[in-house]
Amino acid sequence: MIVCITARASGTDAPAEQRFARAPYFVFVDTETGKSESVENPLIDAAGGVGPRAVQMLSEHGATVLITGQVGGNAARALEAGGIKVYAYRGSGSVADALAAYTAGNLQPIPLA
Amino acid sequence: MRIAIASGKGGTGKSTVAANLAWALARSRDVALVDCDVEEPNLHLFFPAPATEMPVTTPVPEIDAERCTLCGECGKFCRFGALAVLKDSVLTFPHLCHSCGGCTLVCPQGAVREVPRTIGRVTCSRPLPRLTLISGILNEGEVQAPAVIRAAKTLAEGHPLTLYDASPGIACPVIETLEGSDACILVTESTPFGLHDLRLAVEVAETLGISAGVVINRSDGQDEATVAFCREHGLPVLMTIPFSREIAAVQNRGGLIAALLPGWEERFSGLFEAVPGVSP
Repeated sequence: MIVCITARASGTDAPAEQRFARAPYFVFVDTETGKSESVENPLIDAAGGVGPRAVQMLSEHGATVLITGQVGGNAARALEAGGIKVYAYRGSGSVADALAAYTAGNLQPIPLA
Repeated sequence: MRIAIASGKGGTGKSTVAANLAWALARSRDVALVDCDVEEPNLHLFFPAPATEMPVTTPVPEIDAERCTLCGECGKFCRFGALAVLKDSVLTFPHLCHSCGGCTLVCPQGAVREVPRTIGRVTCSRPLPRLTLISGILNEGEVQAPAVIRAAKTLAEGHPLTLYDASPGIACPVIETLEGSDACILVTESTPFGLHDLRLAVEVAETLGISAGVVINRSDGQDEATVAFCREHGLPVLMTIPFSREIAAVQNRGGLIAALLPGWEERFSGLFEAVPGVSP
């Protein structure tokens, strides 16, 4: 399973970012292999419509779970249609901390509908 | 002859000038007045009359799921996020679409076709025997003001004399309004803000190659900086409207100073004659 965590920088030690489509980085972690890939978000300065475009990026990377602070309405619609589940991490920890909290079952799902 | 009334700064009196000018001219000739401030049209407040209306539509993508291979090209191309290609479907967000048509061009399968979506309307009325009022109205939450402005201007085509009342600012809606105009009247006020934004509006008119003149509104009699700016840029000051309680009172009742205060009908007729290109 591939989990995407929004982050302020690359790598799993980077602080988690609460914004979804304006997050500077998306960190994709394969929970089976433990391997991670950090992708710089090209949309941070885009004018608008970033939600659906960010979801498309997640979909291309095969993510089925997203961990972030909050998502907008357009992003929510796309995440739901794309079958990507979203969990809220609003702590001040790192990407690794957010992932650990998710794995431990401590994160609440963000309702999309 | 097509004359646009613009300003840069909001609240300087574009609509006041447009409405009074239209009223004064319609006393002796046919005039079409087009409200191009489609996000907040208000000229109808000066000219209440029953109106006919037609919808304004814009093309948005529709995906043919039979043909679509989920290749992702359309989603990658669209910089407005109007299409999201997911693992088993393409989602469209019509309200984010800017109707560029790019998705239909990049789709290798011919799976994207365009369908109309209503984003606003254009109303048309005849408040005075020789005045036609056309207003563009963009629906709330929509972004494509230029499409509605275009529709309103198209409806006014064929009139010998047309006035376009622009929205504030110098962004796309103003450029759409100015495009194709023979001249423009830039309305300013004698404040630093008025002058700052007049400067921007003048640059736009210059870039578009449209000759301009200036109306100074709410003048406190100390317009030296504005007048000097106009002189430097070869812009005629076409009219100065004083800062006056009497004028404000008429305006606030939805009245027209050209109709209600002595001398102003003549002054607005004179304004028209002074617009660059009107008198030989």
